[in-house]
Amino acid sequence: MSVFLAKRFITLLATLIGASIVIFTVMEILPGDPALVILGVDATESSVAALTKELGLDRPPLERYFDWIGGLLQGELGNSYAYKVPVSELVQGALQITVPLAILSMILSVTIALVIGLYAAANHNKASDVTLMGVSQLGISVPNFWLAVLLILYFAVNLKWFPPGGFPGWDQGFWKCINALILPAVALATVQGAILARITRSSVLEVFREDFVRTARAKGLSQRATLWLHVLRNAMIPVITVMGLQFANLLAGTVVVENVFYLPGLGSTVLKAINNRDTIVVENVVLMLAAMVVITNFVVDILYAVIDPRLKAHDI
Amino acid sequence: MSSSSSQSFIGRCLNSRSFLVGGVITLFLLTCAAVSLFWTPGTIDISIKTRFLPPSADHWFGTDQFGRDVVSMLMTGTQNSITVGVVAVSIGLFAGVALGLLASAQRGWTEELIMRMSDFSFAFPAILSAIMITAILGPGGVNSIIAIGIYNVPVFARLTRGSANAIWAREYVMAARASGKNKFRITIEHVLPNILSILIVQATIQFAIAILAEAALSYLGLGTQPPHPSWGRMLNEAQTLMFLQPMQAVYPGAAIALAVFGLNLLGDGLRDVLDPRLSRKR
Repeated sequence: MSVFLAKRFITLLATLIGASIVIFTVMEILPGDPALVILGVDATESSVAALTKELGLDRPPLERYFDWIGGLLQGELGNSYAYKVPVSELVQGALQITVPLAILSMILSVTIALVIGLYAAANHNKASDVTLMGVSQLGISVPNFWLAVLLILYFAVNLKWFPPGGFPGWDQGFWKCINALILPAVALATVQGAILARITRSSVLEVFREDFVRTARAKGLSQRATLWLHVLRNAMIPVITVMGLQFANLLAGTVVVENVFYLPGLGSTVLKAINNRDTIVVENVVLMLAAMVVITNFVVDILYAVIDPRLKAHDI
Repeated sequence: MSSSSSQSFIGRCLNSRSFLVGGVITLFLLTCAAVSLFWTPGTIDISIKTRFLPPSADHWFGTDQFGRDVVSMLMTGTQNSITVGVVAVSIGLFAGVALGLLASAQRGWTEELIMRMSDFSFAFPAILSAIMITAILGPGGVNSIIAIGIYNVPVFARLTRGSANAIWAREYVMAARASGKNKFRITIEHVLPNILSILIVQATIQFAIAILAEAALSYLGLGTQPPHPSWGRMLNEAQTLMFLQPMQAVYPGAAIALAVFGLNLLGDGLRDVLDPRLSRKR
């Protein structure tokens, strides 16, 4: 197992180094000069040149790349070109919204998915299965940003149960903040949960066809006991794969829903930084997201091995 | 034999409600897209005189703030969504499944390389990579399809490899190897058929995601550009008038939901039809 872990860890580091090179290169070829964007189109050539020098953007790319990586290794992310504040401050502020939102969405979506997916699979082809799959398909079909608008109209404007947008800040009280995140989390979790419910049902049905399930049933085990004791564990591999991907996506992929609710999360921060050509912010945030995805996949790989010992034996 | 199996295939199609309902909705959308190539009930040209007309015999869903006929916009938008879905999923399916099967069959460094490249692509979520690609290439429909298609490749590669690895660990594959079959034959004869239903389910989900992602990009102003109608951009334009004309925001969202709903039902039905063992079970 330790060889397996060491190999995975080395590839994790290699992936991150590769990702840092790609991100830096993409920022290099991105059209638009950060100094020109900050100063505006009417700026004189000399003022643009002076700001370029001040930002350190006149140095050779290789030197700037190693400076960036060297800074990262010492925990120094640099200062935002557009806002003149440390990037770590911007990221910290955004994470205080994005991480709780992602966790809340994930809790909601996994709960919805496991309940619907398992119940539907256990009642395959019955009326409840058909109804639940119809509902889950509706859930997948609804664009989350459209659902977000409908939720605002009904629950914020009509019923006034939740704020229509914005984030008060954690110093304003825990429940006030959670209240502000509930509608965006529901908008995100409906689609994610519906997708996960379908994968769960499909995967459970696949495992139900296995010989060991037939053996368990032949031994006299009830369908419910077979589901809990034998099917669930084996059916979780594709479910965990998709869960891992969904969580990583929630961290950056919520940009549209964040826009609808005016939440200054990580997605909005990157979008603004790209538009402002605040390359230092984009580089750091995107690399951080890359690290989160790679680490999530690393954990998923380990879970694979824990859940299915045949895979572990094959891998090591 | 072939006649009876084809009959049972058609019988299974007719017996699957998901297949029938999904098929009808998908056919309806394809018809809308095809008809809109040469006919629409109104015009999609800007006309200030016809702004905000209520629903009538001439304009079934009324007109928008630019005086364009909403039904005609929705019909023309269908072309856009179907193209995005087909192209983006095809890119992901062909490249991703091939890479996933190769990784699973070869193991070792090939698998490491493919999976690390897959992790590498995953490091950039769909919307984020699309935003970055459009920032470099400029906003547009084709650029958004490329971005969504690229994102689909590692999704299929990872799922294929995960499912295929489980098949490679089975006894019947070991038996096939012992009987002297090479990896390519085992992949085609045993691995691929046994993971097909999972791939079909995933393909329908990715198709839905592709349509939704394109709508999201167009909503942000990065996808399909004017004057070509797109459901996502219609939503964006309608949102600013949400309190005055709420139905203008409802139509494009409902169109996206209908398209995705129909395609998902079709995919679900196809799985039951293609994998009758599931239908016979219990």
